[in-house]
Amino acid sequence: MYKQENCRFLKSHEWAFVEGENAVVGISEHAQEEISDIVFVDLPKVGRQVKAGENCCVIESVKSASEIYAPVSGEIVAVNEALSADPALVNREAHNGGWLFKIKMTNPSEVDALLTFDAYKATIQK
Amino acid sequence: MTELKKTALCSACEKAGGKMVDFHGWLLPVQFDSILAEHKAVRENVGMFDVSHMGQIRVTGKDAWKFLQYINCNNIKNTVSCGTYSHILTEQGTIIDDAISFCLSDEEFLVVVNAACIDEDFAWFEKQAKNFDVTVTNESSKWSMIAVQGPKAVETVSSLFPSIPSRFCITEITFDGAKGYLTRTGYTGEDGVEIMLPNDKINALWDALLAKGVKPCGLGARDVLRLEAGYLLNGADADQTRTPYEANCGWVVKLTKENFIGKAALEAKKAAGFASKLTGIVLKSAGVPREKCKVFFNGEEKGFLTSGTYSPLAKGIAVGYISTDVPVGAEVEVEIHARRVPAEVVKTPFYKNKV
Repeated sequence: MYKQENCRFLKSHEWAFVEGENAVVGISEHAQEEISDIVFVDLPKVGRQVKAGENCCVIESVKSASEIYAPVSGEIVAVNEALSADPALVNREAHNGGWLFKIKMTNPSEVDALLTFDAYKATIQK
Repeated sequence: MTELKKTALCSACEKAGGKMVDFHGWLLPVQFDSILAEHKAVRENVGMFDVSHMGQIRVTGKDAWKFLQYINCNNIKNTVSCGTYSHILTEQGTIIDDAISFCLSDEEFLVVVNAACIDEDFAWFEKQAKNFDVTVTNESSKWSMIAVQGPKAVETVSSLFPSIPSRFCITEITFDGAKGYLTRTGYTGEDGVEIMLPNDKINALWDALLAKGVKPCGLGARDVLRLEAGYLLNGADADQTRTPYEANCGWVVKLTKENFIGKAALEAKKAAGFASKLTGIVLKSAGVPREKCKVFFNGEEKGFLTSGTYSPLAKGIAVGYISTDVPVGAEVEVEIHARRVPAEVVKTPFYKNKV
């Protein structure tokens, strides 16, 4: 649904997929593999204002807690409710049903500063 | 950074897909494919852990038992093949390490200690041994060890080792021409064995167990399993600032024993009472409690967690040092990432099997 090739990335492994005025946010395949065994996602509240780079969500696996940063600035307009019953959806479908939240962007040009899929891939191959 | 120590099974673990991490200076697998899958294997079937980093100290001589009685707070069994779990204490009655002493003969014992404590334990053994007719030998670098754990563990290893001792006992084994030991012990809350072999023989055992379908498991699963079973992680849940009473292990202290290191201090501290005690906590809503999280009762800070995890059996579970005025059953709050999550004080263990 949110194909890797059509997403933009942060070095910290979040992806953003532009859907009209919203950016859908998730974590990369690489990140879900590294985190593994996701057991809880502490999602932001709908209505919260976030700045690009702000820590706004926590993904808990059995062994660790990972902070998730907003790739762009704006208002949280939706969160993936399915994750409260099935957090492992992020492991199974990082680029599809395992999306985290949607941000209504205040400055859509911020997307241009994010990494393309190829540029992101290069960062994780180091 | 100093180079990490590798066990004789390091390459085998990497080959099996182990994600290797630094554990007290040792390069060990935190997980293979999935902590949850490994946990399930041990609770329902059989899994194995490379525990070669753990230490072995041999105590021999006329006073071997007397010496162990003196440096342990529990009564060490001196019946051949029996093992005893105990704590080794400072003069102040605080915990240096927890260890199992196995009786091999009237004048010979094998003590299995935690990896992170080997040097300190051995120095302590040597220091205390001066007043006894004993020889203590640190054999830790000679032995490798695999823990095979789970309801199918004994059945699985009995084809390799036909004589499996009863719970907490030890037996000598021969494998691939070499002598070793097999103990009916483990740190998972399941039945199982731990097998010690010389370093150059351990890979053959690992391969034999793999061929029998035993699942390789890492430190991540081990931590969930031991916490569910209510076992201490020395260095996190216990250290030299805590007595066994505070660590919720009062049962290992035998004050009726004639004398042992820390006895006088423990008598005095027990009479004075303890401000806090290692206490079990279960979250009542989603989240994962971790070490260092603060615990609140009626809005007041009452302590902090020393171990916490997600348990597939009981969800968010933890232990921590909580003020003794907070009773079992109390509704408390655990602060996780600046969020206060409702929780309940419970008795440990969180999981109990008939082992």
